[in-house]
Amino acid sequence: MNKLNLLKPDLNNMNNYIYAGSFLLFISIFDVFLNAFFSLNVTSFLPQTISFILPLCFGLLGLHFIRIEFTGIKNLDLLNKHINTNNFNAILTLIIVFVIIKSIPPIMSWFIIDANIAGDTKDACTGSGACWTYIKIWLRRFVYGMYPNAEQWRINLSFISLLALGSVGYFATEKFKKYLTLYYVIIYPFIAFLFIFFFISGGPIFFEFSYGIIAFAVSIIVGFFIPKKFKAWYFLIVPIILYISLKYFFYYEETVDLGKLDGLNWVETGAWGGLSLTFIVSFFCLIFCFPVGMFLALGRRSALPAIRYISIGFIEFWRGVPLITVLFMSSVMFPMFLPEDFFMDKLVRVIIAISLFEAAYVAEVIRGGLQALPRGQYDAAKSLGMGYWKMHILVILPQALKLVIPGIANTFLALVKDTPLIFVVGLLELVGMLNLAKTNPDWLGYAMEGYVFAAIIFWIICYAMSKYSYNLEIKYKTER
Amino acid sequence: MNFKLKNIGPQLITLIAVVLVFGFFTFNAQTNMENRGIEFGFGFLTQESSFDVQFSLIEYDGSHSYARAYLVGLLNTLLVAFIGIIISTILGVIIGIARLSTNYLIERSAAFYVEFFRNIPLLLQIFFWYFAALRALPLPQDAEPMFGVFFLTIKGLFVPSFIWNNLNIFLYSLIAAIISIVLIRNYAIKLQENEGKQLPVFSISVSLFIILPLLTFLIGGVSLNFSLPVLEQMSNTSFKYKGGLGIPPELIALTLALGLYTATFIAECVRAGIQGISKGQKEAAASIGLTPNQILKLVIMPQALRIIIPPTTNQYLNLTKNSSLAAAIAYPDLVLIFAGTALMQTGRAIEIVSITMLTYLSISLSISFLMNWYNKSIAIKEK
Repeated sequence: MNKLNLLKPDLNNMNNYIYAGSFLLFISIFDVFLNAFFSLNVTSFLPQTISFILPLCFGLLGLHFIRIEFTGIKNLDLLNKHINTNNFNAILTLIIVFVIIKSIPPIMSWFIIDANIAGDTKDACTGSGACWTYIKIWLRRFVYGMYPNAEQWRINLSFISLLALGSVGYFATEKFKKYLTLYYVIIYPFIAFLFIFFFISGGPIFFEFSYGIIAFAVSIIVGFFIPKKFKAWYFLIVPIILYISLKYFFYYEETVDLGKLDGLNWVETGAWGGLSLTFIVSFFCLIFCFPVGMFLALGRRSALPAIRYISIGFIEFWRGVPLITVLFMSSVMFPMFLPEDFFMDKLVRVIIAISLFEAAYVAEVIRGGLQALPRGQYDAAKSLGMGYWKMHILVILPQALKLVIPGIANTFLALVKDTPLIFVVGLLELVGMLNLAKTNPDWLGYAMEGYVFAAIIFWIICYAMSKYSYNLEIKYKTER
Repeated sequence: MNFKLKNIGPQLITLIAVVLVFGFFTFNAQTNMENRGIEFGFGFLTQESSFDVQFSLIEYDGSHSYARAYLVGLLNTLLVAFIGIIISTILGVIIGIARLSTNYLIERSAAFYVEFFRNIPLLLQIFFWYFAALRALPLPQDAEPMFGVFFLTIKGLFVPSFIWNNLNIFLYSLIAAIISIVLIRNYAIKLQENEGKQLPVFSISVSLFIILPLLTFLIGGVSLNFSLPVLEQMSNTSFKYKGGLGIPPELIALTLALGLYTATFIAECVRAGIQGISKGQKEAAASIGLTPNQILKLVIMPQALRIIIPPTTNQYLNLTKNSSLAAAIAYPDLVLIFAGTALMQTGRAIEIVSITMLTYLSISLSISFLMNWYNKSIAIKEK
């Protein structure tokens, strides 16, 4: 038998070292385990400091003993390679393992074992853990805000149908695939807008629709006389201007109580709230900020100085200020800039403000993509005789957008995380509702449960988004 | 000729549209203000503010002007940004390096940290720290001292404050130490270039930095006393700490949340920077006989910093802008004092909101100009 050198474990006495090391490691982990789960302190007869660091010493010694290279035992080699390369790593490993073991019991007991979910009042919460009853009772408010209980099916129905309409892309057959972009960029946002505006909001649908139909019909009739060259521009601008001016001129008639014609009760946006408002705000800002950002990015790279400098000024202005001041502006300063009798809803103002704010960030991300494309792509497109728009739509943008998927996903994530800020203007989405519920005299002292609940929901949403963007990135990755 | 017209047309249209929109807004603003009897102007800044601020770095009370209130808010914002940047940098660098560790557990824990804190809205984190975590702390009378001198209570953190004698001499000695360190460094570089000799610059600098200030205690008449926070009973139920320095819980919650949140982004920047250095650089450095420490110091870090610094500055800017969330927990920063209280009192929405926005804008723009200049100076100069 070879001599045992305790400081230098070697292959010759491999088994001895491994047995001793595993035993020490087991003792140290078992000690921490007993301490954490059964609050037993086996080494309580020792002085406090020694008793505290004893498992660490044992574990370190154990890990030192089993640190033998090329043992031929697959699992041991893997272990040594990954968590036990040297003493420093061994200490860090042990600390992490101990912290995990130590933190399991309190977390488990707070979340599940000592938590309460039964009952309807605060008295039901007797355990020392979380009071999930609070969440259960307030769930309706957290999801729908102050939206009247009897009308909540409208939100549910809208979201379910929008989800169904949004998933059309997965079921589209080859024949319809080419129309999908058109559908998602123009038709789907329009339908979503109609749903939210008329169905969730309710109110004078009749007039809104009639303005829309009149504006559309008039612009189509006039459109026949517009030369073909300007047709695209014409249809992009004129119907919207017509609609707005119609709405503006007939504003007073609307206030006459004819709005009840359509049956759905009007729910003002001040009553919207909770998670559904989070979704509504982020959905619309997402839809609006993308095209605006794209145009800004193109504008910043334009050869025309006026357009370039206006774009630069716009982008740098929004990127330089915090969102909270932008929201302040939309709520206190912006109404001063509008005609006196012109009323714009708070929610609409907020959505416009956040969209413009995020558009500046999207613009910078897309500009990065545009800059990353080699010049050859531009030259090739031009040599085929393509004009500016044709070149960008068919050649440049598809490639540039593919490159910047991660950046855009990050901006959208930031957008979703920024929506709670709308509390500044008095709109209460999920976090705002939590703060409201927290101050309810019947339910004082359950702030923690509320924030943990909201954190879990936001975490799931954001994590799912980032994973989805990662998948998209892999899917659209092309070799250059 | 045709070509020029084609270029001028769209520009003219855009310019006219922008001018029209601005004109429309100004016209409306003018009529609105006339109707309400407000006149545009910044004269209100010199008026007496008549509101109090809970936490201020400079002397301030209700009798001071709005301009002074603005300064108080700005300083408080900068304070939060400064502390937040320090916390997030330290944490971010540690976690960024931990994410590259060969130890699987460390790598996973760092990744967990990043994924966890990055995906929760910052406002929620601030609320969590302020309303849930810090509210669970003991009352002043029940607080146990940490290390005998710190008191962490529901009313904030109370730490000993310094009472300096001849503080200016001490500060001069620090400045002198820094200047001499810079001189020695330059001399050492010259020495190495001309004669190939190396000076132990690091140990010399450290010892200078410690010894010179210490000398002022012995010779210069500088002395340092601590004023410990002491609990005092105000009435039957109310207790208060006297002496020492009280850090309000708003500041703690805000800096903690900002630091932990921004650290995740900085960690990613650091990781990307170190990963961005090709393996060949390391191998080449090793093959000419540099030690691992020298490789890190002379080859990896200078190149990695070039990648790390620009996005990190961006994160610092984000942190400064995010510090405006202070308004949500009533920490008296620029937004709360100026765009909140002052605006409510004076009703001058346009002036106050534009001043606030311009302040943030000028902070951002000046830092990004500095950044561009720095980027140019460290860019690889190719021939």
